[in-house]
Amino acid sequence: MTGLAFWRRRPATPAPGARRLLVPFTGGELDPVVLEAALRIAKVWEATLVPAYLIVTPLDFDLNSPMQQQVAQAVPILEAVEHAGLRAGLAVDARIETGRSATHALQRLWEAERFDRIVVPAPTARGHGFTPKELQWILVHAPHETLILRPEPGHEADGRPTRSLEALVG
Amino acid sequence: MRGHYRILLGMAPGVGKTYRMLQEGRQAKAEGRDVVIGYLEPHDRPETAVLADGLEIVPRLRTAQGSLELEEMDVEAVIRRAPQLALIDELAHTNARGMRNEKRYQDIVEVLDAGIDVISTVNVQHLESLNDAIFELTDVRVRETFPDSILDEADEVVLVDLSPEELQERLRAGKVYPQERAAVALENFFRQENLAALRELVLREVAEDVEARRQPEALEPLGKQAVAERILALIEPQAKSQRILRRAWRSAQRLGAEIDSMWVRPRGYEPTAEEAIQLAALRRLASVLGIHFLEEDGDDLVEAVRRVAGERGSTYVFVGTPDERRRVEILRGSLLSRMVRELPGLDIRVVADRALKEENVR
Repeated sequence: MTGLAFWRRRPATPAPGARRLLVPFTGGELDPVVLEAALRIAKVWEATLVPAYLIVTPLDFDLNSPMQQQVAQAVPILEAVEHAGLRAGLAVDARIETGRSATHALQRLWEAERFDRIVVPAPTARGHGFTPKELQWILVHAPHETLILRPEPGHEADGRPTRSLEALVG
Repeated sequence: MRGHYRILLGMAPGVGKTYRMLQEGRQAKAEGRDVVIGYLEPHDRPETAVLADGLEIVPRLRTAQGSLELEEMDVEAVIRRAPQLALIDELAHTNARGMRNEKRYQDIVEVLDAGIDVISTVNVQHLESLNDAIFELTDVRVRETFPDSILDEADEVVLVDLSPEELQERLRAGKVYPQERAAVALENFFRQENLAALRELVLREVAEDVEARRQPEALEPLGKQAVAERILALIEPQAKSQRILRRAWRSAQRLGAEIDSMWVRPRGYEPTAEEAIQLAALRRLASVLGIHFLEEDGDDLVEAVRRVAGERGSTYVFVGTPDERRRVEILRGSLLSRMVRELPGLDIRVVADRALKEENVR
């Protein structure tokens, strides 16, 4: 039996999509509604989902310095997003990128890699995520199609997410 | 021979580092050593000025920065003077533009390399690795930082300690800053809770330094045996290796371990364009996670791991789920069983490919 199991073809890993959908986020959270929408878009589009956590490196640090505290915040979120993507049957290729600002990190990322579309969360009432100014910058400078997603209305009103990321991850 | 480097470390300005440095300088002079002041930070503290009296001061370099005239340590003059011991205050200081080094700690390295012993001072908030922690604790972003390696490379790191209450008392008495500035300082950086947190940081830093210095000595007879956990994460230029690095990093946090990552590139193999992008992304991730990135040429992965793990004192190996392309190795007895057999003494952890798990669930 072991021999048979040994030779049994392993289930295929989701094939990387030819297209790449970048979902950058910052500030320690990604709105579940934005994630859900990004997953649906990637699925319909048969794209590889690239969730990217953007870390702002203070000026007195080298851009390649280890940023342990921010990484400690980024890694669990990124893994939850990765898990959600894989559960949705998507190929996922997560990133952590650093820069002097969120937009600088984003620019470094798209200068290093190819993306076909970018899905950006709009700012929330709690001030997480990109600022209106940063969104404007992204719209002007992004070298690809950009989609800005508003968070769930309930999220804006009372300042608390109505659905947690954990609920999406399952 | 390189000079002896002694650093006096404090939690905040005013704990008495400069005072202690001058005391030690005077003591050394009394014992017949040739001592000079390479640089003394002009804090306008009368007690400090009294102690400096009688010690030779190497003249400073003057430089104009716009309308300002600044004074910096004259490294060349100190080296030319060739004392046995130089007292050099505030090692984290950023020199004025146009000086030979950007930072004073770089000046100090030159003085040490000239065979001159140095006693220097610094506050814990300037330590690069603590910059974020200090910001969170105090809401003050410290701009002048120095690399942690400076403390590691010093021969001695000595704590100059004062309780927060005593330091606040010194401030109120005008012994640190003039009275009007002291009142503002007490409301801001020198608040009781800030000082208590900074004191905890500096005590922990010195304790870790003592521990780090003690371990190699205690274990010296054991030669190259590992003194701590060290992870070796095996990666390939594939998206799934990002997860291997993140997993290794999370485990390293719990173990207090250093991490190396390694790609064993088959001899003569040129990565495809896609692989080159993945490799660059892995390098960037490794740097932000503080992981050493190694690239080794070789056709035998297990042999490369055995060699590198031996050189670097690895105790754990993180490996991804072997993929279809390893079928040849599986036929030879499987990569993992070879690793278990041929890498005795190394813990091996297989990082699951989440994509496979999700496929199985569906």
